Amino acid sequence: MPVALKIFISALLINNIILMRFIGLCPYIGMSTDVKQSVGMGFAVTFVMVMASTVTWALYHFVLLPLGLEFLQILVFILIIASLVQLVEFYLKKAAPALYLSMGIYLPLITTNCAILAVTFDNITAGHTFFQSIAYSVGVALGFMLAMVLLAGLRTRIRTAAIPPFLRGNPILFVLSSLVAVSFMGFAGLIK
Amino acid sequence: MNQRTSVFLQGLVIENPLAIIMIGLCSALAVTTSVANGIGMSLAMTFVLVTSEVIISLFRKLIPESVRIPIFIIIIAAFTTMVDLVMKAYFPDLSKAMGVFIPLIVVNCIIMGRVEAFASKQSVSNAFLDALGMGLGYTWVLISMSVVRELLGNGTILGIQIMPEAYQPILFFVLPPGGFLVFALFISFNLFMKKKWTKSPSGISDPEGGN
Repeated sequence: MPVALKIFISALLINNIILMRFIGLCPYIGMSTDVKQSVGMGFAVTFVMVMASTVTWALYHFVLLPLGLEFLQILVFILIIASLVQLVEFYLKKAAPALYLSMGIYLPLITTNCAILAVTFDNITAGHTFFQSIAYSVGVALGFMLAMVLLAGLRTRIRTAAIPPFLRGNPILFVLSSLVAVSFMGFAGLIK
Repeated sequence: MNQRTSVFLQGLVIENPLAIIMIGLCSALAVTTSVANGIGMSLAMTFVLVTSEVIISLFRKLIPESVRIPIFIIIIAAFTTMVDLVMKAYFPDLSKAMGVFIPLIVVNCIIMGRVEAFASKQSVSNAFLDALGMGLGYTWVLISMSVVRELLGNGTILGIQIMPEAYQPILFFVLPPGGFLVFALFISFNLFMKKKWTKSPSGISDPEGGN
Protein backbone atom coordinates (compact mmCIF):
# COMPACT_ATOMS: atom_id res chain seq x y z
CA MET A 1 0.00 0.00 0.00
CA PRO A 2 1.47 3.41 -0.88
CA VAL A 3 2.40 5.58 2.09
CA ALA A 4 0.01 8.38 1.13
CA LEU A 5 -2.94 5.97 1.06
CA LYS A 6 -1.94 4.59 4.45
CA ILE A 7 -1.82 8.12 5.86
CA PHE A 8 -5.22 8.86 4.33
CA ILE A 9 -6.96 5.77 5.73
CA SER A 10 -5.38 6.20 9.13
CA ALA A 11 -6.48 9.85 9.33
CA LEU A 12 -9.97 9.02 8.09
CA LEU A 13 -10.85 6.02 10.25
CA ILE A 14 -8.23 4.78 12.69
CA ASN A 15 -7.25 8.12 14.19
CA ASN A 16 -10.50 9.89 13.42
CA ILE A 17 -9.91 13.46 14.47
CA ILE A 18 -13.13 13.83 16.46
CA LEU A 19 -13.91 10.39 17.78
CA MET A 20 -10.39 9.25 18.61
CA ARG A 21 -8.53 12.50 19.19
CA PHE A 22 -11.27 14.88 20.45
CA ILE A 23 -10.12 17.74 18.23
CA GLY A 24 -12.82 19.98 16.77
CA LEU A 25 -15.53 19.04 19.25
CA CYS A 26 -17.20 22.46 19.30
CA PRO A 27 -18.56 22.40 15.73
CA TYR A 28 -19.18 18.66 16.09
CA ILE A 29 -21.62 19.23 18.94
CA GLY A 30 -22.89 22.63 17.83
CA MET A 31 -23.41 22.21 14.09
CA SER A 32 -24.66 18.64 13.78
CA THR A 33 -28.38 19.33 14.19
CA ASP A 34 -29.19 17.95 10.74
CA VAL A 35 -27.40 15.99 8.04
CA LYS A 36 -27.50 18.74 5.41
CA GLN A 37 -25.83 21.26 7.67
CA SER A 38 -23.12 18.77 8.65
CA VAL A 39 -22.32 18.07 5.02
CA GLY A 40 -22.04 21.81 4.32
CA MET A 41 -19.73 22.29 7.27
CA GLY A 42 -17.76 19.22 6.23
CA PHE A 43 -17.08 20.57 2.75
CA ALA A 44 -16.10 23.98 4.06
CA VAL A 45 -13.67 22.34 6.50
CA THR A 46 -12.20 20.14 3.76
CA PHE A 47 -11.63 23.14 1.54
CA VAL A 48 -9.95 25.27 4.20
CA MET A 49 -7.98 22.39 5.67
CA VAL A 50 -6.36 21.44 2.37
CA MET A 51 -5.52 25.04 1.57
CA ALA A 52 -4.19 25.73 5.06
CA SER A 53 -1.95 22.69 5.12
CA THR A 54 -0.58 23.48 1.65
CA VAL A 55 0.27 27.06 2.55
CA THR A 56 1.64 26.35 6.03
CA TRP A 57 3.74 23.42 4.79
CA ALA A 58 5.36 25.57 2.13
CA LEU A 59 5.84 28.45 4.53
CA TYR A 60 7.44 26.27 7.19
CA HIS A 61 9.83 24.51 4.84
CA PHE A 62 10.78 27.46 2.65
CA VAL A 63 10.69 30.38 5.08
CA LEU A 64 10.69 29.45 8.77
CA LEU A 65 13.15 26.55 8.58
CA PRO A 66 15.89 28.28 6.50
CA LEU A 67 15.69 31.37 8.72
CA GLY A 68 15.76 29.35 11.97
CA LEU A 69 12.42 30.76 13.12
CA GLU A 70 10.67 27.49 14.03
CA PHE A 71 9.65 28.86 17.42
CA LEU A 72 7.30 31.31 15.69
CA GLN A 73 5.29 28.38 14.30
CA ILE A 74 2.20 28.82 16.49
CA LEU A 75 2.00 32.56 15.91
CA VAL A 76 2.56 32.39 12.16
CA PHE A 77 0.23 29.46 11.50
CA ILE A 78 -2.75 30.92 13.32
CA LEU A 79 -2.36 34.25 11.53
CA ILE A 80 -2.00 32.51 8.17
CA ILE A 81 -5.14 30.48 8.75
CA ALA A 82 -7.15 33.49 9.92
CA SER A 83 -6.16 35.61 6.94
CA LEU A 84 -6.58 32.71 4.53
CA VAL A 85 -10.15 32.19 5.65
CA GLN A 86 -10.84 35.90 5.14
CA LEU A 87 -9.36 35.85 1.63
CA VAL A 88 -11.29 32.72 0.68
CA GLU A 89 -14.47 34.36 1.92
CA PHE A 90 -13.91 37.52 -0.15
CA TYR A 91 -12.98 35.50 -3.21
CA LEU A 92 -15.98 33.17 -3.01
CA LYS A 93 -18.38 36.04 -2.45
CA LYS A 94 -17.19 37.66 -5.70
CA ALA A 95 -16.36 34.66 -7.89
CA ALA A 96 -18.78 31.94 -6.89
CA PRO A 97 -21.84 33.40 -5.15
CA ALA A 98 -23.71 30.07 -5.22
CA LEU A 99 -20.89 28.26 -3.49
CA TYR A 100 -20.56 31.14 -1.06
CA LEU A 101 -24.20 30.87 -0.11
CA SER A 102 -23.93 27.16 0.53
CA MET A 103 -20.82 27.23 2.68
CA GLY A 104 -20.05 30.88 3.34
CA ILE A 105 -21.80 30.98 6.70
CA TYR A 106 -19.47 28.28 8.02
CA LEU A 107 -16.25 29.99 6.97
CA PRO A 108 -15.84 32.49 9.83
CA LEU A 109 -16.43 29.68 12.30
CA ILE A 110 -13.56 27.72 10.83
CA THR A 111 -10.86 30.20 11.83
CA THR A 112 -11.03 29.09 15.42
CA ASN A 113 -11.63 25.46 14.57
CA CYS A 114 -8.84 23.64 16.35
CA ALA A 115 -8.91 20.83 13.78
CA ILE A 116 -7.38 23.07 11.09
CA LEU A 117 -4.54 24.23 13.29
CA ALA A 118 -3.94 20.71 14.62
CA VAL A 119 -3.58 19.33 11.10
CA THR A 120 -0.99 21.93 10.16
CA PHE A 121 1.02 21.12 13.30
CA ASP A 122 0.69 17.38 12.70
CA ASN A 123 2.09 17.77 9.20
CA ILE A 124 5.22 19.36 10.63
CA THR A 125 5.69 17.00 13.62
CA ALA A 126 5.09 13.87 11.54
CA GLY A 127 7.53 15.09 8.87
CA HIS A 128 5.10 14.60 5.99
CA THR A 129 6.22 15.41 2.47
CA PHE A 130 4.14 17.90 0.50
CA PHE A 131 2.01 15.22 -1.16
CA GLN A 132 1.59 13.29 2.09
CA SER A 133 0.44 16.40 3.88
CA ILE A 134 -2.31 16.89 1.31
CA ALA A 135 -3.39 13.24 1.67
CA TYR A 136 -3.39 13.66 5.43
CA SER A 137 -5.47 16.82 5.42
CA VAL A 138 -8.05 15.35 3.03
CA GLY A 139 -8.28 12.25 5.22
CA VAL A 140 -8.74 14.24 8.40
CA ALA A 141 -11.34 16.51 6.82
CA LEU A 142 -13.39 13.63 5.45
CA GLY A 143 -13.12 11.90 8.83
CA PHE A 144 -14.46 15.09 10.41
CA MET A 145 -17.37 15.11 7.98
CA LEU A 146 -18.04 11.41 8.55
CA ALA A 147 -18.24 11.84 12.31
CA MET A 148 -20.51 14.87 11.96
CA VAL A 149 -22.87 13.14 9.54
CA LEU A 150 -23.03 10.09 11.82
CA LEU A 151 -23.93 12.21 14.83
CA ALA A 152 -26.45 14.25 12.82
CA GLY A 153 -28.13 11.03 11.67
CA LEU A 154 -28.26 9.70 15.21
CA ARG A 155 -29.68 12.97 16.46
CA THR A 156 -32.59 12.76 14.04
CA ARG A 157 -33.15 9.13 15.07
CA ILE A 158 -33.36 9.87 18.80
CA ARG A 159 -35.68 12.83 18.39
CA THR A 160 -38.69 10.71 19.28
CA ALA A 161 -36.90 8.16 21.48
CA ALA A 162 -37.58 7.83 25.19
CA ILE A 163 -34.31 9.14 26.64
CA PRO A 164 -33.76 8.77 30.40
CA PRO A 165 -34.51 12.21 31.91
CA PHE A 166 -31.02 12.69 33.37
CA LEU A 167 -29.43 12.30 29.93
CA ARG A 168 -31.74 14.67 28.02
CA GLY A 169 -30.15 17.59 26.21
CA ASN A 170 -26.40 17.58 25.81
CA PRO A 171 -25.39 14.50 27.85
CA ILE A 172 -27.07 12.09 25.41
CA LEU A 173 -24.94 13.51 22.57
CA PHE A 174 -21.79 12.49 24.39
CA VAL A 175 -23.20 9.04 25.14
CA LEU A 176 -23.94 8.65 21.42
CA SER A 177 -20.43 9.81 20.54
CA SER A 178 -19.04 7.31 23.00
CA LEU A 179 -20.90 4.47 21.28
CA VAL A 180 -19.80 5.61 17.82
CA ALA A 181 -16.23 5.87 19.13
CA VAL A 182 -16.41 2.28 20.39
CA SER A 183 -17.36 1.14 16.90
CA PHE A 184 -14.49 3.18 15.42
CA MET A 185 -12.05 1.38 17.67
CA GLY A 186 -12.79 -1.67 15.54
CA PHE A 187 -10.81 -0.05 12.73
CA ALA A 188 -7.64 -0.21 14.81
CA GLY A 189 -6.16 -3.24 13.06
CA LEU A 190 -6.94 -2.02 9.54
CA ILE A 191 -3.37 -1.03 8.68
CA LYS A 192 -0.34 -3.07 9.58
CA MET B 1 -21.85 39.32 47.98
CA ASN B 2 -19.06 41.68 47.13
CA GLN B 3 -18.69 42.35 43.39
CA ARG B 4 -15.08 41.10 43.31
CA THR B 5 -15.97 37.75 44.83
CA SER B 6 -18.88 37.28 42.46
CA VAL B 7 -16.57 37.90 39.46
CA PHE B 8 -14.27 35.23 40.83
CA LEU B 9 -17.03 32.73 41.59
CA GLN B 10 -18.70 33.06 38.16
CA GLY B 11 -16.11 30.87 36.47
CA LEU B 12 -15.95 28.32 39.24
CA VAL B 13 -19.58 27.24 39.19
CA ILE B 14 -22.27 29.33 37.55
CA GLU B 15 -20.53 29.97 34.26
CA ASN B 16 -18.11 27.09 34.39
CA PRO B 17 -16.58 27.03 30.89
CA LEU B 18 -16.56 23.24 30.55
CA ALA B 19 -19.52 21.94 32.48
CA ILE B 20 -22.09 24.67 31.85
CA ILE B 21 -21.12 26.69 28.76
CA MET B 22 -19.41 23.68 27.16
CA ILE B 23 -16.61 25.42 25.28
CA GLY B 24 -12.99 24.37 24.99
CA LEU B 25 -13.88 20.72 25.24
CA CYS B 26 -11.17 19.29 22.97
CA SER B 27 -8.31 19.49 25.43
CA ALA B 28 -10.51 18.58 28.39
CA LEU B 29 -11.51 15.23 26.94
CA ALA B 30 -8.21 14.36 25.37
CA VAL B 31 -5.71 14.92 28.15
CA THR B 32 -7.71 13.57 31.10
CA THR B 33 -6.39 10.01 30.72
CA SER B 34 -4.11 10.58 33.72
CA VAL B 35 -4.14 13.00 36.64
CA ALA B 36 -0.62 14.26 35.87
CA ASN B 37 -1.68 15.28 32.37
CA GLY B 38 -4.82 16.91 33.75
CA ILE B 39 -2.81 19.03 36.19
CA GLY B 40 -0.24 19.97 33.54
CA MET B 41 -2.88 21.05 31.07
CA SER B 42 -4.79 23.05 33.71
CA LEU B 43 -1.66 24.90 34.76
CA ALA B 44 -0.75 25.73 31.16
CA MET B 45 -4.28 26.87 30.43
CA THR B 46 -4.61 28.97 33.60
CA PHE B 47 -1.26 30.65 32.92
CA VAL B 48 -2.22 31.64 29.38
CA LEU B 49 -5.68 32.75 30.51
CA VAL B 50 -4.41 34.95 33.35
CA THR B 51 -1.54 36.56 31.43
CA SER B 52 -3.54 37.29 28.27
CA GLU B 53 -6.51 38.68 30.18
CA VAL B 54 -4.29 40.95 32.28
CA ILE B 55 -2.25 42.20 29.30
CA ILE B 56 -5.30 42.81 27.15
CA SER B 57 -7.15 44.56 29.95
CA LEU B 58 -4.06 46.73 30.53
CA PHE B 59 -4.00 47.84 26.89
CA ARG B 60 -7.75 47.86 26.33
CA LYS B 61 -7.88 51.62 25.66
CA LEU B 62 -5.04 51.45 23.13
CA ILE B 63 -6.33 48.55 21.04
CA PRO B 64 -8.40 49.85 18.09
CA GLU B 65 -11.86 48.31 17.93
CA SER B 66 -11.59 47.21 14.28
CA VAL B 67 -8.40 45.14 14.56
CA ARG B 68 -8.92 43.84 18.07
CA ILE B 69 -9.36 40.16 17.13
CA PRO B 70 -6.00 39.78 15.34
CA ILE B 71 -4.29 41.59 18.23
CA PHE B 72 -5.91 39.27 20.76
CA ILE B 73 -4.80 36.26 18.74
CA ILE B 74 -1.20 37.49 18.59
CA ILE B 75 -1.09 38.10 22.35
CA ILE B 76 -2.59 34.69 23.14
CA ALA B 77 -0.27 32.97 20.65
CA ALA B 78 2.77 34.64 22.22
CA PHE B 79 1.91 33.31 25.68
CA THR B 80 1.06 29.88 24.30
CA THR B 81 4.45 29.74 22.59
CA MET B 82 6.10 30.55 25.93
CA VAL B 83 4.24 27.76 27.71
CA ASP B 84 5.02 25.35 24.89
CA LEU B 85 8.75 26.08 24.93
CA VAL B 86 8.99 26.00 28.75
CA MET B 87 7.15 22.67 28.87
CA LYS B 88 9.38 21.21 26.16
CA ALA B 89 12.49 22.29 28.05
CA TYR B 90 11.59 21.38 31.64
CA PHE B 91 8.85 18.72 31.40
CA PRO B 92 9.66 16.83 28.19
CA ASP B 93 7.60 13.76 29.17
CA LEU B 94 4.51 15.78 30.02
CA SER B 95 4.90 17.82 26.86
CA LYS B 96 5.15 14.67 24.76
CA ALA B 97 2.10 13.12 26.44
CA MET B 98 -0.04 16.16 25.65
CA GLY B 99 1.36 16.58 22.17
CA VAL B 100 -0.55 18.96 19.98
CA PHE B 101 -2.88 20.11 22.76
CA ILE B 102 -0.45 22.65 24.21
CA PRO B 103 -0.13 24.62 20.94
CA LEU B 104 -3.89 24.25 20.54
CA ILE B 105 -4.44 26.43 23.63
CA VAL B 106 -4.18 29.31 21.18
CA VAL B 107 -7.52 28.43 19.56
CA ASN B 108 -9.20 27.41 22.79
CA CYS B 109 -12.57 29.13 22.78
CA ILE B 110 -12.45 29.77 26.55
CA ILE B 111 -9.57 32.22 26.25
CA MET B 112 -10.87 34.02 23.17
CA GLY B 113 -14.34 34.16 24.70
CA ARG B 114 -13.22 35.62 28.03
CA VAL B 115 -10.85 38.09 26.41
CA GLU B 116 -13.50 39.36 24.01
CA ALA B 117 -16.41 39.35 26.45
CA PHE B 118 -14.67 40.40 29.64
CA ALA B 119 -11.03 41.51 29.67
CA SER B 120 -11.40 44.01 26.82
CA LYS B 121 -13.99 45.95 28.83
CA GLN B 122 -12.97 45.60 32.48
CA SER B 123 -10.29 46.83 34.84
CA VAL B 124 -7.07 44.89 35.31
CA SER B 125 -7.94 43.57 38.76
CA ASN B 126 -11.35 42.36 37.61
CA ALA B 127 -9.81 40.70 34.57
CA PHE B 128 -7.25 38.99 36.78
CA LEU B 129 -9.93 37.62 39.12
CA ASP B 130 -12.10 36.52 36.23
CA ALA B 131 -9.18 34.70 34.60
CA LEU B 132 -8.28 33.05 37.88
CA GLY B 133 -11.88 31.95 38.46
CA MET B 134 -12.25 30.59 34.94
CA GLY B 135 -8.85 28.88 35.18
CA LEU B 136 -9.80 27.22 38.46
CA GLY B 137 -13.19 26.27 37.05
CA TYR B 138 -11.40 24.58 34.18
CA THR B 139 -8.92 22.98 36.59
CA TRP B 140 -11.40 21.34 38.93
CA VAL B 141 -13.41 19.83 36.08
CA LEU B 142 -10.24 18.53 34.43
CA ILE B 143 -8.82 17.07 37.63
CA SER B 144 -12.03 15.41 38.74
CA MET B 145 -12.49 13.86 35.30
CA SER B 146 -8.93 12.60 35.20
CA VAL B 147 -9.21 11.14 38.71
CA VAL B 148 -12.24 9.10 37.63
CA ARG B 149 -10.63 7.97 34.39
CA GLU B 150 -7.23 7.08 35.83
CA LEU B 151 -8.70 5.33 38.88
CA LEU B 152 -11.09 3.15 36.89
CA GLY B 153 -8.95 2.69 33.82
CA ASN B 154 -5.61 2.11 35.49
CA GLY B 155 -6.29 1.61 39.21
CA THR B 156 -3.91 4.44 40.11
CA ILE B 157 -3.91 8.15 40.95
CA LEU B 158 -0.79 10.10 39.92
CA GLY B 159 0.85 6.73 39.25
CA ILE B 160 0.30 5.46 42.84
CA GLN B 161 -1.67 2.24 43.13
CA ILE B 162 -4.99 2.98 44.88
CA MET B 163 -7.21 0.07 43.94
CA PRO B 164 -6.46 -3.34 45.53
CA GLU B 165 -4.05 -5.55 43.59
CA ALA B 166 -6.83 -7.86 42.47
CA TYR B 167 -8.59 -5.00 40.67
CA GLN B 168 -8.77 -5.55 36.94
CA PRO B 169 -8.44 -2.12 35.28
CA ILE B 170 -11.32 -1.22 32.98
CA LEU B 171 -9.29 -0.13 29.97
CA PHE B 172 -12.41 1.42 28.42
CA PHE B 173 -12.07 4.51 30.62
CA VAL B 174 -8.64 5.57 29.39
CA LEU B 175 -9.60 4.97 25.75
CA PRO B 176 -11.38 7.72 23.77
CA PRO B 177 -14.95 6.32 24.14
CA GLY B 178 -14.51 6.36 27.93
CA GLY B 179 -13.72 10.06 27.74
CA PHE B 180 -17.01 10.76 26.02
CA LEU B 181 -18.97 8.65 28.51
CA VAL B 182 -17.35 10.15 31.62
CA PHE B 183 -17.97 13.63 30.26
CA ALA B 184 -21.60 12.78 29.47
CA LEU B 185 -22.20 11.64 33.04
CA PHE B 186 -20.30 14.64 34.35
CA ILE B 187 -22.43 17.23 32.57
CA SER B 188 -25.54 15.25 33.39
CA PHE B 189 -24.62 15.50 37.08
CA ASN B 190 -23.85 19.21 36.70
CA LEU B 191 -27.20 19.94 35.05
CA PHE B 192 -28.91 18.02 37.83
CA MET B 193 -27.15 20.09 40.50
CA LYS B 194 -27.85 23.33 38.66
CA LYS B 195 -31.52 22.43 38.36
CA LYS B 196 -31.71 21.57 42.03
CA TRP B 197 -30.05 24.82 43.07
CA THR B 198 -32.08 27.06 40.80
CA LYS B 199 -35.31 25.28 41.67
CA SER B 200 -35.27 25.37 45.44
CA PRO B 201 -35.07 29.12 46.19
CA SER B 202 -37.15 30.59 43.36
CA GLY B 203 -39.32 27.70 42.22
CA ILE B 204 -38.31 28.25 38.58
CA SER B 205 -37.18 25.05 36.92
CA ASP B 206 -34.63 24.97 34.16
CA PRO B 207 -35.79 24.14 30.62
CA GLU B 208 -34.75 20.62 29.63
CA GLY B 209 -30.99 20.47 29.55
CA GLY B 210 -30.33 23.61 27.52
CA ASN B 211 -28.36 23.18 24.28
